[in-house]
Amino acid sequence: MFLDDYFRQYGLVAIFCVVAVAVPVSMMLMSWGMSRVGLRPRAPSAVKAETYECGMEAIGGKWNLFNFRYYMFAILFVIFDVEVIFLYPWATKFLSLELFALIEMAVFVGILLIGWAYAWRKRDLEWG
Amino acid sequence: MLFQDVVFWLLTVVAVGSALGVVLIRDLFRAALLLVAVFVAVGGYFVLLNAEFLAVVQVLIYAGAISVLIIFAVMLTRDVQQGNPPNRLQIPAVALAALLLAALVTVAVDTQWSFLPEGERQSVELVQTAAVSDISPETLEQAGAAGESAAQGVGLADLLIGRFVLPFEAVSVLLLAALIGALALVRPRPAPQDARASGAESASESAGAGAAGSEAD
Amino acid sequence: MVDLVWFQLLSAALFVIGLYGVLARRSAVLILMSIELMLNAVNINLIAAAAHMEGFGSFSRFDGQLIAIFIITVAAAEVGLALAIVLRMYRNRSTVNVDEIDLMKW
Repeated sequence: MFLDDYFRQYGLVAIFCVVAVAVPVSMMLMSWGMSRVGLRPRAPSAVKAETYECGMEAIGGKWNLFNFRYYMFAILFVIFDVEVIFLYPWATKFLSLELFALIEMAVFVGILLIGWAYAWRKRDLEWG
Repeated sequence: MLFQDVVFWLLTVVAVGSALGVVLIRDLFRAALLLVAVFVAVGGYFVLLNAEFLAVVQVLIYAGAISVLIIFAVMLTRDVQQGNPPNRLQIPAVALAALLLAALVTVAVDTQWSFLPEGERQSVELVQTAAVSDISPETLEQAGAAGESAAQGVGLADLLIGRFVLPFEAVSVLLLAALIGALALVRPRPAPQDARASGAESASESAGAGAAGSEAD
Repeated sequence: MVDLVWFQLLSAALFVIGLYGVLARRSAVLILMSIELMLNAVNINLIAAAAHMEGFGSFSRFDGQLIAIFIITVAAAEVGLALAIVLRMYRNRSTVNVDEIDLMKW
């Protein structure tokens, strides 16, 4: 019963979601409706169909093979992203924890830094 | 109660529907995007279960990081056009899955799951609410002993540094091993002269790596 | 809170869907995605049990949550390493179809 009151606060999130979906959908519906009535001009051209309006022109199809190096940056990101979920609860209670906690966290981060040093040493952080 | 039930069933429709989509849809890329929908729905369940931090972790790690890895893997392997073909084990797989589902449902329905008497249940719920929302101390006082024992409980950080300190340090070694292993596996072969020196097998490998490199630009 | 049994039925459904994906699909990437589904099902089960058992003995909901965090961490390490192996496999053999990876079979 108390929890129910608490969860009702998440109604705001629900309203936010509804608005976030409704705004773009209504824009597209309006555009579609105007073209039905004849208010919106329709003049397609090759330039409008480009993937990017400026910058380099897109070469090749959708599925040209990406460089494997992207994956190396992704795995580095994931490992240190996971580190954050252990740092966060520790950081919120830092003041009430003892020195032991600081040492433990230093060991934890230190071990992970070995991986970072390895990636640096092997030039995985450089492009090309 | 009604509000939570409605949210639970909405999330269930999303989660189970998307999960079925992940294994049944032809297009691997769409399957990966549906998997993200499952992850977000599971995060919603965690909010329903008073595990707000877990919900954040779910979105941060699963929907944010693991899905990036999976989508990269889908883009890096060219089997996307081939899609998601079933293998020959179709009928045994369905049969085994159905059997396991039947067993799990039977056990879950047959077991008596209420651990606490009804009165204590209420007070524990009160304490759980107090952990995330404002409740006056007087109301908490009425909750009684069971509620208090739950309120005295330790936080995540205390457990992490206390009882679970060994797994916590082991996790860092595991992450280090995963990082170094993945980097060593994915790293392209650097020098072509190595390939000439060490015979035909590695020559074909470096040719593959060279092709991958040239296609990237 | 929604009854524990509903969470367990939901968890069972997700787990079984994941099991089907692991057994019946050919793409190694999809098999990994199905394993992630199964791990998520297990996590739901753990968190639900932890939330419903709070106040039972010296049990707090953080015990279950911490184990779930460890599962998520192991899942991240596992998927990162497994996808690296899949990419390596793809580079050497130009396929991620597990039916065609049969060098170690006799």
